Amino acid sequence: MNLSSLAFSNLRRRKSRLLFLVAGLVVGIATVVTLLSLQKALTVDAQNNLESYGANIVVSPRSNDLSLTYGGVALGGVALGPRDLRMADVARIRRIPNRRNLAIVAPELLGVTRVRGQQVLLMGVEPDQEFRLKKWWSIDGRAIQEPDELVAGSAVAGRLGLVMGEPVEVGGRSLTLVGIIRETGSQDDNLLLTDLAVAQETLGKPGKATMVEVAALCSNCPIEKMVAQISDVFPGAKVSAVQQVVAGRMHALEQFRSFGLVLAGVVIAIEALVVFITVMGSVTERTREIGVFRAVGFRRNHVVGLILIEALATSALAGVLAYVAGIVITAVLVPFLAEGPVAVGWEPLLLGVAVALSLAVGGLASLYPALRASRLDPTEALRAL
Amino acid sequence: MPARSTVQGPWAEAGDLASGEAGGVPTAAAETDESMAPAGAETGPPASFIEIAGLEKVYEGAAAVPVHALKGIDLRVDEGAFIGVMGQSGSGKSTLLSTLGGLSHPTRGRVAIDGIDLYRLPGERLADFRREYIGFVFQAFNLIPYLNAVENVMLPLSVKRLPRGEKRERAQEVLARVGLSARLDHLPSQLSGGEQERVAIARALVNEPPLVLADEPTGSLDSATSAEVMELLRELNAEGQTMVMVTHDLENRDYFDRTVVLRDGLIVG
Repeated sequence: MNLSSLAFSNLRRRKSRLLFLVAGLVVGIATVVTLLSLQKALTVDAQNNLESYGANIVVSPRSNDLSLTYGGVALGGVALGPRDLRMADVARIRRIPNRRNLAIVAPELLGVTRVRGQQVLLMGVEPDQEFRLKKWWSIDGRAIQEPDELVAGSAVAGRLGLVMGEPVEVGGRSLTLVGIIRETGSQDDNLLLTDLAVAQETLGKPGKATMVEVAALCSNCPIEKMVAQISDVFPGAKVSAVQQVVAGRMHALEQFRSFGLVLAGVVIAIEALVVFITVMGSVTERTREIGVFRAVGFRRNHVVGLILIEALATSALAGVLAYVAGIVITAVLVPFLAEGPVAVGWEPLLLGVAVALSLAVGGLASLYPALRASRLDPTEALRAL
Repeated sequence: MPARSTVQGPWAEAGDLASGEAGGVPTAAAETDESMAPAGAETGPPASFIEIAGLEKVYEGAAAVPVHALKGIDLRVDEGAFIGVMGQSGSGKSTLLSTLGGLSHPTRGRVAIDGIDLYRLPGERLADFRREYIGFVFQAFNLIPYLNAVENVMLPLSVKRLPRGEKRERAQEVLARVGLSARLDHLPSQLSGGEQERVAIARALVNEPPLVLADEPTGSLDSATSAEVMELLRELNAEGQTMVMVTHDLENRDYFDRTVVLRDGLIVG
């Protein structure tokens, strides 16, 4: 028998106190593990669902236009260069080195046409890309599925008196209105949307697009890198990163992380207090026992060592259990909090963090009680003498 | 039970006390040679095994009123003796025993055992001294409730660097000596009062200490069991074990070589 086996004998035969101390530690450490793993899972989820936050890269023709638009009021412009992109070039976006990070590539052709005697803005789109990109659109009816179908913004539908299911003459073609986008408060309210090929034909711009909106999956890889790659394979285009889309989401996650760390700090502090009180209580309860240890020749550092071995063994066990609990809780919570499926896996690094944190809290909170125990006067501790 | 036959012998072991501990505990062995030098090494008459001179102990009692528990005790005990300390409650006998055992610093005076001036030992050497020189038998047994009989006996060895098997072997031998071979794995709660007392005696003996101090070892036992325990202590003493025992039971008086009677902190008989 040595100090370690003595400590383990105590833990083994005083299970109720062991369980109480482990439970106290598990609650705190599991909270930290849950917050850390949840934050990571939600970050992955944000990356996986980045297209739901709209495009983060916009490709438009490089020109020397002077923008004469302010506050939604367009005063015309001075066209000094080519206005449109070639669809052949648009296809090359899909061939950039970071193509795996491309979630959506949505080419759009814009032009003015006359419908029912009024000038309206017509946008040709690839429906499977466009409607997936603009997830915030709420459509009465449905999205475009066939080339001869039409979807209208709420403002233009009202102004032209469009009725769902009725044919609408657009540039000499009869298109069927299948959906009306509910008011968005943006320029989208004034759009008529149709299939890209139909718009190209109607506007007399075959094989052309006005702009391309791109949603990239990678939130934490440098977006400038992807911008550069698209610029390389797409000469003549102006490629702009809409960083605030990613930055906004990442800022939210960062706030969640900060909140999590503060919460974890509070929980850890409470937990340390629980451990401190429990070990102090244990020392008081074991006063007589400590007196016996001292009487039979234990040095003060033997007593400190004995109590710390018990505390650290308990903390290590609690760290492992807290890690398991934290991961399980995360796996249960993620389906409710994430927008898509996110795998929550076992991470050795997080296990290490959980055990190290538990050892630090358990060890530090037990240090004073251990020192106090070692300073007990043996005679007073024994009382029998 | 082998007794220490020379003054120098145990000292040689005392010098090894710290280095023999488990867990690499820092020791003060090197710095203690001078202060731990046996008093008997000086020229003069041969020292007794226990030498108590001018021993006083003052406690701070209730309302900060000092309590003079010991008022100047002088006592010499030869090696191999069985001394009984008797007296009424509050006479100072337990204080004398704890001071003799290195558990309670005296206010004044000197306690030397085997030539070692206990309260001049530096730092934690007093704990080492208790481990190697003193075996305590407590009135309330004071067994560790979560350790079984053999583990309780091994307790003083748990901070000594000895092979695990040897520790257990020594504990089993001592338990056999007190007649508890069949109860090795029993917890204290599974033992009778007499059996618990025997485990406590075995624990006091496992380190082969030169001196056993017993505080009312029969105080919690019925008369038949008390007699058995006293017989056991007498047998141990007959084998050479020096013992000092506090008791208020006059029937135990016959077992002692000498009885010291205390009253109000003074030896009166």
